[in-house]
Amino acid sequence: MSVLLFTLIVLIGAFLAGFLGSLTGLGGGVIIIPLLTLGLGVDIHYAIGASIISVIATSTGSAAAYVKEGLTNMRIGMFLEIATTVGAILGAVIAVYLNAGYVAVIFGCILIFSSLMTLKKKVDHTTLEYTSKGAKFFKLNGSYPNQGVVTPYAVKNVAGGFFMMLFAGTLSGLLGIGSGALKVIAMDNIMRLPFKVSTTTSNFMMGVTAAASAVVYLHRGQIDPGIAMPVCIGVLIGATVGAKVLVKAKTDKLKMIFAVVVTILALQMIYKGLTGGF
Amino acid sequence: MEQTKNITDKDIQSLVGNLLRAGVYISMVIVVLGGIIYLSEHGSEKIDYAEFSFNKVSLKTVETIFANVLTFRGAAVVQFGLLMLIFTPIARVLMAVVTFFLEKDYLYVLIGLIVLAIIMVSLSGGFAH
Repeated sequence: MSVLLFTLIVLIGAFLAGFLGSLTGLGGGVIIIPLLTLGLGVDIHYAIGASIISVIATSTGSAAAYVKEGLTNMRIGMFLEIATTVGAILGAVIAVYLNAGYVAVIFGCILIFSSLMTLKKKVDHTTLEYTSKGAKFFKLNGSYPNQGVVTPYAVKNVAGGFFMMLFAGTLSGLLGIGSGALKVIAMDNIMRLPFKVSTTTSNFMMGVTAAASAVVYLHRGQIDPGIAMPVCIGVLIGATVGAKVLVKAKTDKLKMIFAVVVTILALQMIYKGLTGGF
Repeated sequence: MEQTKNITDKDIQSLVGNLLRAGVYISMVIVVLGGIIYLSEHGSEKIDYAEFSFNKVSLKTVETIFANVLTFRGAAVVQFGLLMLIFTPIARVLMAVVTFFLEKDYLYVLIGLIVLAIIMVSLSGGFAH
């Protein structure tokens, strides 16, 4: 295949990945990696390097909007970034020593888990019990605009959230994805943040987390300009269009169809990983 | 002095938002320009991505990317744009540190510096081999 044709195919594929990733809340990274590896026969190391770049582009782009709306809790973001950046570097370093087949298997499992998470009905865990000493010390309790009303919230279990973030960061660095699903668990279920705050704060942290592992990948020669270029351009444009459509679209059915497609892709990754296809 | 005293979370949020947006736009423009040059140089060549090798990509460090960007070769310009993209969230942390300092929130100055230190160690190439 010529470089020109490859670039065009990847541009279109990355656009779709970004578009669907943003509509379903799954993120572009988890879709572009199977596309590159299973679809175009690209070595998974290059696919991960390109994907992590696209994660920086999309999360930073949307974080810009959220931060301005005052939804992001910047203190929680900064505090948890210690965990996610350490994790991200750890993950990127582990990836160097781990057999590509294992990486593919772990990737497939996370993919299935993430798509199930997008289907799960969200339960509001917010609380106004200001009992956490950690939250008080680190000034994490906050408030956010909820339908025009400033709504306060209390933060719980800071240590638990921190360790979950360490894990989320490690997977992000290992697999080249944003691991938004895990970050939201840490913040919704463990730290009890409101959805709007957890989603936007997770997005805010994703850029720094991805930058930390991208640096390791850059030094390792996994960020190839010929792949990373069409991937990040396509995913960013796709995600931007997706975010615009999202406001109007009903996504329940789409999420369902998408979860099935993604699960099939994931099983293929796992199968290929186990049979030495990577 | 009045101004520095009155810096609020809202001002910080607006500033951070603008920085992030500008960083993404600028770096993407560079990547697109680099991409056009890259395709004009290599468009008709065959792709070679089936097997990863450490030596296939030559521009792997901050120093070599900066040293080569002015050659205006496609790969160098793309890598430079990608590097700018990687720097954007890092610059955001740096800016947050400065604004927390102006807010006299020294705990968060420290937290921000820890995050920066982690990334700097990584940038120096300490974890790559």
